[in-house]
Amino acid sequence: MTLTMPRLTDTTLRDGSHAVGHNFSRETIANVVAALDNAGVPVIEASHGAGVGGSSMQHGFSKIDEMELFAIARENAKQAKLAALLAPGIGNIRHMKAAREAGLDIIRIVTHCTEADCSQQHMEAAKELGLETVGFLMMSHTQPAEVLAREALKMESYGCDCVYVVDSCGAMLPGEVTTKVKALQDVLTSAQVGFHAHNNLGVSIANSLAAIELGVDQIDTSLRGLGAGAGNTPTEVLLAVLNKMNVDTGIDMFACAEAAEQHVSQLYQVAIDEAALVMGYAGVYSSFLRHAKHVAQQYDVSSKDLLLELGRRQTVAGQEDWIISVAMDIRKARGDASAA
Amino acid sequence: MDKIKVAILGSGNIGTDLMYKILKRPNNMELCLVAGIDADSDGLSRARDAGIATSADSIEAILESGAQIVFDATSARAHKANAPRMAAKNQFAIDLTPAAIGPYVVPPVNGEAHLQQNNVNLISCGAQASIPLIYAASRVMEVEYAELITATASKSVGPGTRANLDEFSETTSMAIKEVGDVKMGRALPVVNPAEPPINMTNSVYLVPTADEVDLPAITASVEKMVTSVQEYVPGYRLTADPVIDVRDTPWGKKPVVVLLNQIEGAGDYLPTYAGNLDIITAAAWRVANARAASLLA
Repeated sequence: MTLTMPRLTDTTLRDGSHAVGHNFSRETIANVVAALDNAGVPVIEASHGAGVGGSSMQHGFSKIDEMELFAIARENAKQAKLAALLAPGIGNIRHMKAAREAGLDIIRIVTHCTEADCSQQHMEAAKELGLETVGFLMMSHTQPAEVLAREALKMESYGCDCVYVVDSCGAMLPGEVTTKVKALQDVLTSAQVGFHAHNNLGVSIANSLAAIELGVDQIDTSLRGLGAGAGNTPTEVLLAVLNKMNVDTGIDMFACAEAAEQHVSQLYQVAIDEAALVMGYAGVYSSFLRHAKHVAQQYDVSSKDLLLELGRRQTVAGQEDWIISVAMDIRKARGDASAA
Repeated sequence: MDKIKVAILGSGNIGTDLMYKILKRPNNMELCLVAGIDADSDGLSRARDAGIATSADSIEAILESGAQIVFDATSARAHKANAPRMAAKNQFAIDLTPAAIGPYVVPPVNGEAHLQQNNVNLISCGAQASIPLIYAASRVMEVEYAELITATASKSVGPGTRANLDEFSETTSMAIKEVGDVKMGRALPVVNPAEPPINMTNSVYLVPTADEVDLPAITASVEKMVTSVQEYVPGYRLTADPVIDVRDTPWGKKPVVVLLNQIEGAGDYLPTYAGNLDIITAAAWRVANARAASLLA
């Protein structure tokens, strides 16, 4: 079986922003973009982890202003297209316009996987700005394939160029990826299909292969897997696997491995630790990890109990504030005062 | 007793909830029309069932209705077109969209201040929920930055709100600054599809200008304000006492005050989880009733 290489989007400098607390240095941005660009990576995503406009108390303040980040990324991307995430309500149209002026090519508009109609206003604005658009159906593990297909069709109707099945919590297994990616491929007529993995259950490569075997059009990875929660599919590892499968990736695997070693490995060690595993197991949004660890320590409750309860309460992306409420409830339930 | 004729423009979640509130407590008001764009909509059919005149001619019907007070629960874009036409007819417009043409009004903060204008803006449900808390806190400490996270049940968020998230976020942020009386404001909406649906929850982070805060004074001020809001939204409450979380911020390491609020609705139209409807429609009722009283005086 000959597989077709999907267009690869490296999200080290976007999803990885969560892992480093939105603290990338100018040097890291320049080095990573230049290395990925030289290696032949076609799309590089760079922005706050929660997308443009994400710098906030809830999501963490960016160390470097995003306009400066885009300028550095643009300057260092010679052949690669530059992408950024936007979550409607967090990122506004003025943020998108500013990013466009700074040289952004692709906007990836993200909603919870049942709320695609919250993306229409921003999809249409993106098209007016001449941006390529990608739609992200977050937490795709929570809904059956037919719901994802219905929501993907909405995004397509807004002019979206590619809809992603997004395993935000690293909670999906390969068979499920196959079913859900295929459901989108079956219904979409003009839009492409993409897949974004997290590695909380240790199957990000297997899940990515399941999607690639179906001929998915776009796939996300990050150097060393740098990303929220247990991180993403490691760029260099997926490329090595695809090389072994005789897939013509068009990307220099060794250059990516070197970039991961030189520019990313010292920033943060991505691992499937107890909290990250529980997130994948309970289906809790990946960017909660650092916040949950902070609150767990402060309120003297276990991260595991905190994350399991956040999963039971069906929290979605952007509800990091609920972590404090849940910690207080856990303390109350065991008879402690609610405040730390 | 004389009454002032009022009309509702927009038959979605907000317009329909408002209709039930006025029917339940008309006070100085007589609801003379509910106008929308779809005669078969749930809102217009409920209005007909309640014996209220309806029209699918939207703003055209409103302009001919003889109403002196109009609630506009359409969309920001529609309200921008409607506002000058209503003003020309001398109709007092209570804008429930994020169009923000008239001054921002949050009843327990500045409810009486703009009654002589011809257009007031109720900003958003998130603003109505959070600004009383933020204003109460900013009475006792200087606030550098206030951030609101407002989570609502997917089933309570209608197509108008979904198509206006950009305006929702921008207008609410601006109103937090201006009416909440803080140096900078930010609003981040979240739509949650959990089953059973979640009550509207609002979390507010307040970054003080100073490096120390008087938490008991903040708590007292905020609790007093909660009691004021409960006069018109009984299900409005703090889910915990205000707490301090020391965090790194762009203003340095600060004792960030965290306020956690939840609103259980009255269940007038959508079930009680939709506290987001109550907080804005109850505010609209209060503003309209006060304006009607001043017209009658």
